[in-house]
Amino acid sequence: MDLDFSVIGGAIPYLWKGFRYTVELTLTAAVGGLFFGTLLAMARLSSVRPLALAAGGYVNLMRSIPLVLVIFWFFFLVPLILQGLTGAERPPQVGAERTAIVTFILFEAAYFCEIMRAGIQSIPKGQAHSAYALGLSYGQAMRLVILPQAFRNMLPILLTQTIVLFQDTSLVYVISATDFVGAAAKVAQRDSRLVEMYLFVAVVYFLLCYTLSTLVRQLQKRLAVSR
Amino acid sequence: MNYHWNWGVFFEETPEGGVQYWELIASGLGWTLAVSALSLLIALGLGAVIGTLRTTDSRWLVRLGNAWVELFRHIPLLVQMFLWYFVIPELVPPLKAWIIGADPVQAQFLAAVLCLGLFTSARVAEQVRAGIQSLPRGQHQAAAALGLTTVQAYRHVLLPMAFRIVIPPLTSEAMNLIKNSSIALTIGLAELTFRARELGEYTFNFFEAFTAATILYVIVAMTVNRVMAWVERRVAVPGYIAGAGR
Repeated sequence: MDLDFSVIGGAIPYLWKGFRYTVELTLTAAVGGLFFGTLLAMARLSSVRPLALAAGGYVNLMRSIPLVLVIFWFFFLVPLILQGLTGAERPPQVGAERTAIVTFILFEAAYFCEIMRAGIQSIPKGQAHSAYALGLSYGQAMRLVILPQAFRNMLPILLTQTIVLFQDTSLVYVISATDFVGAAAKVAQRDSRLVEMYLFVAVVYFLLCYTLSTLVRQLQKRLAVSR
Repeated sequence: MNYHWNWGVFFEETPEGGVQYWELIASGLGWTLAVSALSLLIALGLGAVIGTLRTTDSRWLVRLGNAWVELFRHIPLLVQMFLWYFVIPELVPPLKAWIIGADPVQAQFLAAVLCLGLFTSARVAEQVRAGIQSLPRGQHQAAAALGLTTVQAYRHVLLPMAFRIVIPPLTSEAMNLIKNSSIALTIGLAELTFRARELGEYTFNFFEAFTAATILYVIVAMTVNRVMAWVERRVAVPGYIAGAGR
């Protein structure tokens, strides 16, 4: 077995491009997922029954099927939906990279929803009652009183979920998108250097995720003290 | 949307002939269940041992257990799958020699089971550790006062309680494992998602194929959930864990 890690050096610009897409996908999906997830959580906790049921059904469905299958679903659904919306004659070419962004936002929304639901439920009821007593509307009470505290309480879990998301984005490989793993796999196959490339990818992910997790743990300790 | 629905596609013959598409999907489900069941056994066995080690007084055992959990937690599962299938055989020549002679399906199955088993063992270990540490300190001390050795205390007092406490989180780990087994399609294992995509590619009836796979995953998840709730009720210690297994 002769290992030749110099293959990585030559591929750095291409790998960097893939890595940048991975980060972009992670951040977009985290922000979008958190936004829609919060809306879903509010819907799940709503007193309007059909709304709560619809949100609950969506979240449970997303959480009970594999991410790979969800990626395949959206890979075929997104062009058809766009065609339906625009009335075009043929389904538009969206591309794996952009489909993946839509997929991950909608998929992560289900997971962020459950975190935010727990966050909202962790706020004492008195907070909402006081907000209403002060004359705040539902929207104002949520925006100004409940959600800021819920975000703060859930911050470490939201960040941990984002680290999981960062690792999960590697699954866009199945629709041949060129993320970090996708780029490495293409180089690995071109140069027949699978061992070196996959070891390199594993080490990079491990160092990054381990560092981020350690930071989140420290943040968690600090938040716990200040409360 | 001009999509041509054809639910009869499951009863059409595959290009290879002699087999109908529903049989492909069924065999995919079989592989999904086989991989999941075997890796779950590995994960529960290893995870229980490593989780227990992390609660002992030996600093080195705790470090070893922590390192195990951190290692498997911080590498994407897809990359771990590639490591097991493409990298490790290259680094272990006898394994490589066996794979060359073996049926590729056996190599894929072995890699998938080891990958998912070890990955999940780290998650089980974390739950088992939390379960043991959630027990009141008095349990350990009372066991010691009765003259039990550390091993006996774990065997007869701590673990029987801890395993009951961790049934609900282990249920969701088992459900995650079944979902994660779909990642084995990246190394060519013909499990459920692989077969659904294959059906789609042969017939262009992607939505029927994915709908079938989705329904099957939901049924499997619900079944696991019900079975584990039953187990939880059966093993509940009366009066100890309130509201067990609703």
